[in-house]
Amino acid sequence: MEVDLTLLLFIFALASFIGFELISKVPPTLHTPLMSGANAISGITIVGALIVAGSLGNPLGKWIGFAAIILATINVVGGFMVTDRMLEMFKKKEDEK
Amino acid sequence: MSTFLPETILNWLPDAIQLFYLVATGFFIRGVKLLNSPGTARKGNQFAAIGMLIGVLVTLFDQDIVEFELIVGGIVIGGLIGLLLAKKVQMTAMPELVAVFNGFGGAASALVAWGELARNPDILSFDTTGLVSIGLSVFIGALTFTGSFIAFGKLSGFISGNAITFPGLNVINIGAMIATLGLIGYFAYDPSNPTLFWVILGISLLIGVTSVIPIGGADMPVVISLLNSYSGIAAAMAGFVLQNNLLIVSGALVGAAGLILTNIMCKAMNRSLLNVIFGSFGAAAGGPGASGNGDKTVRETSAEDLAIQVAYASKVVIVPGYGLAVAQAQHIVKEVATKLESRGVQVKYGIHPVAGRMPGHMNVLLAEADVPYDLLKDMDEINPEFATTDVVLIIGANDVVNPLAKTDPTGPIYGMPILNVDEAKRTIVFKRSLSVGYAGIDNPLFYAEKNQMFFGDAKKSLQALNEALNEV
Repeated sequence: MEVDLTLLLFIFALASFIGFELISKVPPTLHTPLMSGANAISGITIVGALIVAGSLGNPLGKWIGFAAIILATINVVGGFMVTDRMLEMFKKKEDEK
Repeated sequence: MSTFLPETILNWLPDAIQLFYLVATGFFIRGVKLLNSPGTARKGNQFAAIGMLIGVLVTLFDQDIVEFELIVGGIVIGGLIGLLLAKKVQMTAMPELVAVFNGFGGAASALVAWGELARNPDILSFDTTGLVSIGLSVFIGALTFTGSFIAFGKLSGFISGNAITFPGLNVINIGAMIATLGLIGYFAYDPSNPTLFWVILGISLLIGVTSVIPIGGADMPVVISLLNSYSGIAAAMAGFVLQNNLLIVSGALVGAAGLILTNIMCKAMNRSLLNVIFGSFGAAAGGPGASGNGDKTVRETSAEDLAIQVAYASKVVIVPGYGLAVAQAQHIVKEVATKLESRGVQVKYGIHPVAGRMPGHMNVLLAEADVPYDLLKDMDEINPEFATTDVVLIIGANDVVNPLAKTDPTGPIYGMPILNVDEAKRTIVFKRSLSVGYAGIDNPLFYAEKNQMFFGDAKKSLQALNEALNEV
């Protein structure tokens, strides 16, 4: 599937605008979890790693893709779990009331 | 995985994948939005995680993916390591962990670009767009990787937290960045020389080191947040390499959101982003315990004396800082507070935006010690309350309560918003010595008439106070 570069740039720019608008008045309490959660999302590069490691081609490229999968998975799994661990502690207190 | 599907489904598979990518993106956007407020934050994180799961599962149906050994192996290994790190880490080490995760994310994006290059036998099969994207992805990903690990080293003390710099380093860094962009352009123009790729990778790794090294340890949270934004952009660039919409959209989303968050953090410290990156704040700070305390006197207090003061107060505000986190004293603080509350004393916590090692870090630490978060007051909320407060307990905080921020226009912290503890009837500073804080300046609060010092390790002092409260 050939994709037009202008279309990709268009998507990139629109997504950036959404990103700018998404973060508004975050209370300082949430700065750390928000950073950590956003960090986990940036592990989306795992999708690219899957394609590189699983497609046909030169073995060297596939092994590099394999290394990328490991690192990206650490980022994704660790990132979401540790963010949840932090937020769980905030949540618990509210339920007690 | 697509080989298991019948022919008819294969025909619309590429479109279906794109549609599911769109669904995943929706989960990311909704997730980040929900992460903005305390009540919904946990749900937001779960939304984002679901989006990620959808993205990964759908990608496995991509018709280009034909071999699964490496994929399964990589996910199992990475998943286990991630799980272990996330479960085991101490809450006090949270900033370090985020730095490490971020470094891995950046490295992964650089590897994706490099792997795609190495996978294709003929480098000339890439068009200009592909080559530029590969170059940018490697550049940003690699500098995120080394930069994050330097930040990790500074936070955990492997590398000196001081700003390590020399005149002209900033100029060299900026020059190196521009040169790298030039090299990427040349690489795209004439990719026949593979050495060029290695040069780009090498310089990028180096830039990560040299641009974070000159920044002081207390600014690392801002640096990590900025690098987090970079790793998003690196992922988006990898998306251009693979022409993958999900990577481009999610990467851009995180890149932009991370930039805004970084800016909010800088504002909390009353500094500009440029000042953090190039200012080398704290570089000129003298050694701890700088002279100049000689002729001023401080009043000391003891556990017993303090116990009486707080037990008969009607309102006590606790101001925790970096020192509290280091001494791991958050649980004992909670014990003391509980005892006071059972006596009918109103106890609140005043949290400066940059208390702890990272914005919001102190809230996490106190939440871990079961302090209800509605008692944690932001600076703007607590400042009007000091005038009616009987005793303020300042535990391991220094610069964030330094009145010089308001009174000394020549000082390094002038203009930084502080907690106005000097409006309270009495302040008690828990501190090991009279040494200076991170900014390297003396704190007049220590010598104020209304102030008393309680010298010693924060945890031991609080334990002594806790026991003394039993006797009152």
